[in-house]
Amino acid sequence: MSHDIYKINPEFREIMPKEIIELEENATWAKNMDKPRGIKELPDTKELLEEHSLCAGCPEAAALRYVLSALPKPEDTIIVNSTGCTSLMFPHIALHTVHSLFGNQNAVASGIKRVLDWRFPDTQKDVVVLAGDGATVDIGLDYTLQSFFRQEKITTICFDNEVYANTGGQESGMTAKGQVFKMAPTGKKFDKVPMWELAKTSGCHYSVNMTASAPKAVAKAVREAILVAREIGPTYINLYTPCILEIGLSANEGLGEMKDQDKDRFASYKHVSPEAEEYLKKCKAEGLL
Amino acid sequence: MSKITDMTATHNWSGQKLVSTDYMLFEAPRTKHFMTGSEVVKEAVKRATVDASVSYPITPQSEAAHLIGELWAEGYVGVYFRGENEFGVMSEVAGCSMAGARTITTTSGPGTLRAMENFAQWSGTRAPMQLILMARGINSPLTIQPDNLEVQYLLETGCMIWYAENVQELFDMSLAAFTVAEKPDVHVPIITAVDGFFVSHTREAVMLPEDDIALQPYNPYAAPLPPIDSEMPPGRFLRDPFVMKSNYISYATHASWQWEIRSAVERSKPYARHYLNGLVHVTGTEDAEIAFVTCGTASNQAKEAERELNKLGVKSKVIKLRTIRPFPEDELLEALEGVKHVFVPEFNVVGWLSNEVKAKLYGKSDANIVGAPRVAGGMSMPAEAIIKEVMENINPGKGA
Repeated sequence: MSHDIYKINPEFREIMPKEIIELEENATWAKNMDKPRGIKELPDTKELLEEHSLCAGCPEAAALRYVLSALPKPEDTIIVNSTGCTSLMFPHIALHTVHSLFGNQNAVASGIKRVLDWRFPDTQKDVVVLAGDGATVDIGLDYTLQSFFRQEKITTICFDNEVYANTGGQESGMTAKGQVFKMAPTGKKFDKVPMWELAKTSGCHYSVNMTASAPKAVAKAVREAILVAREIGPTYINLYTPCILEIGLSANEGLGEMKDQDKDRFASYKHVSPEAEEYLKKCKAEGLL
Repeated sequence: MSKITDMTATHNWSGQKLVSTDYMLFEAPRTKHFMTGSEVVKEAVKRATVDASVSYPITPQSEAAHLIGELWAEGYVGVYFRGENEFGVMSEVAGCSMAGARTITTTSGPGTLRAMENFAQWSGTRAPMQLILMARGINSPLTIQPDNLEVQYLLETGCMIWYAENVQELFDMSLAAFTVAEKPDVHVPIITAVDGFFVSHTREAVMLPEDDIALQPYNPYAAPLPPIDSEMPPGRFLRDPFVMKSNYISYATHASWQWEIRSAVERSKPYARHYLNGLVHVTGTEDAEIAFVTCGTASNQAKEAERELNKLGVKSKVIKLRTIRPFPEDELLEALEGVKHVFVPEFNVVGWLSNEVKAKLYGKSDANIVGAPRVAGGMSMPAEAIIKEVMENINPGKGA
């Protein structure tokens, strides 16, 4: 039912931008799909509209497209995000999204998820948190971890660019030790926070640390994480999306940076709890993966 | 646990018969009980068909929060849990309300300030949740005593603020609060304040309707902004579209949004007038030249002073403000007709209410406005202190 909300009122069709009409015609609503949605459909689909306000070549913009392409049920998905570069993209996507305060995204998502489960007991509504490392690991760490402790059935995706990018390049908890950034003029004094490990010990049933270099791998992780969150409990994805601006790379160098880090600091980490593993096997057998 | 699917056209999910707010407040037969403020919060929530509540402990509101939890366990409230701190709780209830739930929470004192960023965000998203504020001193030095300084910080958040004097008012107001806050042309959050301990922990006689009736459920689809539930448009836009670029259009958007929230608060006046039986309540001598302008339990102290002054041959009246936001300016001006001295006794050190009164009456009233007496940090305000203040002002140099 709920994909009808994206039907354009016939009275307004003439004045609608072309991209909105294409959205109505080409969006890959799960109900319309014979098999799981995915990266392959991305060139023809419209979950993310063409224009966004991030820097040219920003890996976050690509990563967001991969995430959106992998949502199992976009018409029933709410994305909660936070202050930062990511929040600049959300006015451009065709889903219900909330930008509340800096750091409170997992708390807001907890309220939304619990009420949607109360109001729509027979419909699966997915709640996905998508925020940067400053919001997830610094100012919002309490709320991130507490949502894991409480076993909130939400997926948290951190776009880890290792810096406060939108405010002009300040060191964050996710910055590597020794890195010089604004507010760390002699280099960062402590290690990068191992958030993917904290997620595991705090109760996440699925936790991965990866870069956004490989679209299929990102889409697979997102899909698995959302499915596990639906049935089992909280899930976490730490996704390296470097701020090419702040580390001095050109618009075409983001992908290379991520590929380099695949073999280095972001060598793959994946934790799946036994019950999540069992459930994912079931999803695979049912064709959901 | 109850299920929302148990709700019918005539009964809510816990089996209570659904009635109008008018019936609940004005027509339903009532019986006398002897209860604290915390306990009547439970009684109000029990009759309000509440979808969601999130709690965090802080004295003196903890007991009210516990009792809402008990209601959830008994099947009267849909969603309930303890949040991680007040900033978390006010964020969680924001999520609950945005997702289409009738939502309530409680806090006090330092917790209010820890959560402060949320209150402006609540009003900015036009989410109509209710906060029961059991006011308490702000640190430092540490105090858990009653003091309502925190209300000053809330005044410009864009939320409605009502102030209850006693246990009975707290019960009636918190039911009316949901109704007014959820009106489609209002639809802003509401803070129902009482003085902590003086009301939260005081046992008083209170008249309550039976508990087998409850308010009609909240209808999120009548809201001026769509709930965040993926059932309604707005396509690609945020519920609360933000403005980032420094240009005239952004400036105008932000400014008009702020004014619209404040207009929505003003639009609540006729509803509040109806459900609260007036935005102000006046007691004492009609043609008095001395008036006390008060809110909360300061009204109670002022009424005692009024009675004592009457015995001394000094005629006075007490104008109790039931709503602070919106501010009942017209009603206050009308009640001040012929008044020469206005006293604003308060339970806080800065005198935010007297500042409000002075600002609203500037150029409109010739009365001499005295922002006193003021007490803070849990001190009581004896009628003698109020009488002394009056006598020193109307008989300068001659003392009380």
